[in-house]
Amino acid sequence: MKLTITIKAILAAMTISATSANVLAATPAQQGMDIFTEVKSRDIGWGDSKADMHMILSNQHGQKSIREVKIKSLEQQNDGDKSLTVFDKPRDVKGTAFLSYSHTTGPDDQWLYMPAIKRVKRISSRNKSGPFMGSEFAFEDFSSFELSKYRYNFLGEEQYNGKECFKVEQFPVDQNSGYTRRIVWVDKENYLEQKVEFYDRKNALLKTLTYTDYQQFSGKFWRALSLNMVNHQNGKSTELKWMNYAFNTGLTDKDFNRNALKRKN
Amino acid sequence: MPGTTFYKILAIAWLSLSWSVAATDFSYSGKVGTEQRYFVDEGQSSHQLGNSQLSFFINPEFHWQWNDGDDSVIFQPFYRYDKNDDERSHLDIRELSYLHVGGDWELKLGIRKEYWGVTEFQHLVDVLNQTDGVDSFDGEQKLGQQMINLSLVKDWGIVDLYVLPGFRERTFAGETGRLRGPLVVDKSHVSYESSAKKEHIDVAARWSHSIGDFDLGAYWFHGTNRDPELIATQVGDKSILRQYYSQMEQVGLDIQATKGDFLWKFESIFRSTNKQDFWATQAGFEYTHVGLFDSAADLGLLMEHSWDSRGEGDENSAGATMQNDLFLGSRLSLNDVQSTEVLLGVGADLEHSATMLMIEASRRLGESFKANLDVRIFHSSDMRAPSYYLRNDDYLGLTIEWYF
Repeated sequence: MKLTITIKAILAAMTISATSANVLAATPAQQGMDIFTEVKSRDIGWGDSKADMHMILSNQHGQKSIREVKIKSLEQQNDGDKSLTVFDKPRDVKGTAFLSYSHTTGPDDQWLYMPAIKRVKRISSRNKSGPFMGSEFAFEDFSSFELSKYRYNFLGEEQYNGKECFKVEQFPVDQNSGYTRRIVWVDKENYLEQKVEFYDRKNALLKTLTYTDYQQFSGKFWRALSLNMVNHQNGKSTELKWMNYAFNTGLTDKDFNRNALKRKN
Repeated sequence: MPGTTFYKILAIAWLSLSWSVAATDFSYSGKVGTEQRYFVDEGQSSHQLGNSQLSFFINPEFHWQWNDGDDSVIFQPFYRYDKNDDERSHLDIRELSYLHVGGDWELKLGIRKEYWGVTEFQHLVDVLNQTDGVDSFDGEQKLGQQMINLSLVKDWGIVDLYVLPGFRERTFAGETGRLRGPLVVDKSHVSYESSAKKEHIDVAARWSHSIGDFDLGAYWFHGTNRDPELIATQVGDKSILRQYYSQMEQVGLDIQATKGDFLWKFESIFRSTNKQDFWATQAGFEYTHVGLFDSAADLGLLMEHSWDSRGEGDENSAGATMQNDLFLGSRLSLNDVQSTEVLLGVGADLEHSATMLMIEASRRLGESFKANLDVRIFHSSDMRAPSYYLRNDDYLGLTIEWYF
């Protein structure tokens, strides 16, 4: 009897804190959510962007392999973003293109264009956990961040790389995610992700991602130009370099349809 | 000269555009490669090459673009030299075309390749380009087709309108070549239903759209049938096959439903020629198991069935070969740095005792090389199955490509 009352009281308190977080002391879940609400809101309004991305894949013996892609992105109101990725290297996949409409709820829509046979193929977006071009980045590591994709747990405050940071745990809502959880360090000054730890389905530490060389574009939007993903289980790593970032380049929906997939630029 | 008027239009377009070439971005890429085929048995005819077939190919691509990519020209020639089969040594312009991107429309003018369809084992609805029958056995290599294509992007889908001036005849293995029937297809004996012959202007219109999980396409085509009728003829003291190209009217439909790990696929055509009308379908699914044994590898399982109404009547008719065929496949993608992939497939004709086993594997070597392995094994004890004539042509092919 007493136990039931206590649980009810806790549930009631949680409901209140979820609806009026500013009034009562927030739960760790709400605090984590609030931090990422702020992260997201500071990045609203970027419109569209173009950039080149180089990936340097390294194995445990230090052998390197290069990937080069061009990415166009278009912000969507009330839904996930649209993006078009055209592969440039390795050379045998040059011209291969990947079109993605990400959604805040439900699976993303994805198409792949294979230039050798001129074929556009709709592909399943269930493969989130698979590696992107043989790198240590999974497909889901590139999908646009949406608040509704995670549950949150605020772990505390911690200094990372000389910056005061919030440390927040994220639990993917999607059953097909390759992760049980991620731990993210977000700096208090600009609300930018500084470091992410990824835990695999067995809840063992799988990868660590670190962000460096943040630059501000359009006087508002920050992008890290260098990212490094280290896989602790297989000893491989992938370094990501972003170049030629441009915002508000005039891209519209017409640059993100199935015809655009087949174009060369 | 096929489509002479068309080439004139192309030349005028080229000249009128060349004023802006100064501001053009130029780039090139491509591949060169060599293929070695090893046939397990000697051919059925003593004229055919023995166990080894060697060829070399080059396939560069030149690309110019201006106006921030709204205008571009692409040129992609292809040449294969085959040491053992003169008919397989051939030059083709896969692409030489101009593209203009407008607000919600595109104009494509020139020699191009255009692919339609969703299934893997048979490409029923894909009819714009002629098959380069001699270049690869699976029929996935196509000859460039002259076309004017206006593409209109609407809220309710993409509408493509095509005018196709000029026709390409299919390529076939020569007398010394393998993977052919007992009679050689003679390219100097070709006839057409249309009095315009190769110059017949074909037209097509296609609508395609994505609605939720569904990708849909439907089209109408009017013009020269890409599939020739092969007719045995006596020329002097020699029996050969001559090609006859009829006119056809065709409607086609392709649907893919992307539901979780399953891709459900359906293609159907209705073709009407002066000799017969028929329906055909290709339907099946592709299931992908992501993360095989907790690794990065994916395993895909494919199953498709072919049906052709011509098989319901005369079982010796052309379409009877695909009247009731089942295809099973399994695709392993390691998702490693070298992009290693292996596709294992088997096709079985359920009416005529005939099966074909195939293995296609590929792996990148270093940064710029790629190795492809291709195996085909034919089994047939029924003379009505086309693979009966290929029963001595089991082969293993290894291709090494260098990309630049």
